[in-house]
Amino acid sequence: MFKIFKYSFFDLIRSTWSLVYLLFFLVITSAILYMSGDLTKAIISMMNVILMLIPLVSTVFGAIYLYNSREFAELLLAQPIKRKSFFLGQYLGLSISLTVSFLIGVGLPFIFWGVIGSKYLSNFLVLMGVGLLLGFIFSLLSYWVALRFENRIKGFGFALFIWLFMSVIYDGIFLLILIWFESYPTENLAIILTLFNPIDLGRVLIMLFLDTSALMGYTGAVFYKFFGALNGILISSMTLFLWIIIPVFFLVRYANKKDF
Amino acid sequence: MIEILNLQKSYGKNLILKDISLSLERGRIISILGPNGSGKTTLIKSILGLVVPQIGDIRFDGESILGKWEYRKKIAYLPQIARFPENLKIKELLNLIKDIREQNADDNYLIQFFGLEKEMNKALRNLSGGTRQKVNMLIAFMFDSPVIILDEPTVGLDPVAITRLKELLEREKDKDKLILFTTHIMSLVEEISDEIIFLLEGEIYFKGSVEELNQLNGSGNLEKAITNLMEKRNV
Ligand SMILES: Nc1ncnc2c1ncn2[C@@H]1O[C@H](COP(=O)(O)OP(=O)(O)OP(=O)(O)O)[C@@H](O)[C@H]1O
Ligand SMILES: [Mg+2]
Repeated sequence: MFKIFKYSFFDLIRSTWSLVYLLFFLVITSAILYMSGDLTKAIISMMNVILMLIPLVSTVFGAIYLYNSREFAELLLAQPIKRKSFFLGQYLGLSISLTVSFLIGVGLPFIFWGVIGSKYLSNFLVLMGVGLLLGFIFSLLSYWVALRFENRIKGFGFALFIWLFMSVIYDGIFLLILIWFESYPTENLAIILTLFNPIDLGRVLIMLFLDTSALMGYTGAVFYKFFGALNGILISSMTLFLWIIIPVFFLVRYANKKDF
Repeated sequence: MIEILNLQKSYGKNLILKDISLSLERGRIISILGPNGSGKTTLIKSILGLVVPQIGDIRFDGESILGKWEYRKKIAYLPQIARFPENLKIKELLNLIKDIREQNADDNYLIQFFGLEKEMNKALRNLSGGTRQKVNMLIAFMFDSPVIILDEPTVGLDPVAITRLKELLEREKDKDKLILFTTHIMSLVEEISDEIIFLLEGEIYFKGSVEELNQLNGSGNLEKAITNLMEKRNV
């Protein structure tokens, strides 16, 4: 597995797209830092950028990478190697190379602005952690979807739909449900719905950590009320990990019975 | 060496291989023939474990291969379509395969043999079609594998390279290897193969030597014999 990882990783990290992704984050992070002029505000603005863009870019990369490496898969799967090792290695190469671009692109400007010595360091690290997990989750989902659909248009469409659903449609439905059941206690429902959306989970996690109740929003406040900050953080981060572990299980199961 | 027992494979509702049984032995060059879409690639991929059959078994040295991977240490494979990770250089691709197989590779000799010295530092995306096919061949032949499986090895090759390929095949055969290949070039079959397996509509329609096939169809020419075979079936 490690060998496949190594090759996928270097294949991707050298590609122009990784560089574009890195430069994009460098520019946008520097701009946000420059305009907001203070670290707290910048962290919150960056949170919105990250919650929106990392899932999208990871989705696009995941599907593109799988489709572009189909024949490579055929070549390597004909070698003495387990299917599981191949696909997990490739997935790790993909997600880690994306993460490296992200960490450098966002990290460098913040370090330049002195985040390391400041009291905001832990907030910043949580932001990076959530970005990292979302990158892992969405590249995994789209990699898996792309593996399932031979047809690129369908695979791409479906992967993008998952992203759109999680980042836009879900919140709309969420809101409607809350309005419909206005007269009932909706806290439990709100918590469950949040657990099923990694982007919302990421947001809640950051909010709980920043402890700025004004910004927490409804779900953040519910989490806070139910679990308290610490347990809320634990539960949301554990669930984010489940969002990686469970799809990995399905990915491996599907890869083992697929024809190449 | 390889035994195929009542193999059946369908993609969705399309039954591609219907009850194929075969026994393939060392020291022979065996060609798998058949019209486009007759299931040659599917059969080869089943042997490699790339395609998972619904019914039947494949045994390699007496052991079932289903779900296994170690047996592939003994198989070299040239896929019909050679596309590679585009960013890699040939050298890096070779290193990758060597790294994965962890076997001794005779690549330097083959690089010279196919005249690829000057291409080694080119990225794969910049290679000509024939050069890609040579790289594909390099990967298949650089290990000393007892079984060599080639899916249309001649596609895109110039006459010099084809001659080289034939030389290689003869040489490997003399090392008591099993060589299995598909092609649509009948002169190549006539020249090098000891045995023909002719697939038609998912079944083995003919199995035997070139001479036997010619006799069966009463023509002195393999190309004609094969064409007759395909057309008779269509009527
Ligand atoms: N992954 C797949 N999914 C669905 N159908 C497939 C798949 N791979 C092959 N087929 C179908 O199986 C049939 C046999 O294909 P195969 O590639 O084995 O033919 P072939 O004998 O190698 O043909 P050719 O001479 O053109 O290489 C074809 O009808 C093809 O469309
Ligand atoms: Mg074929």
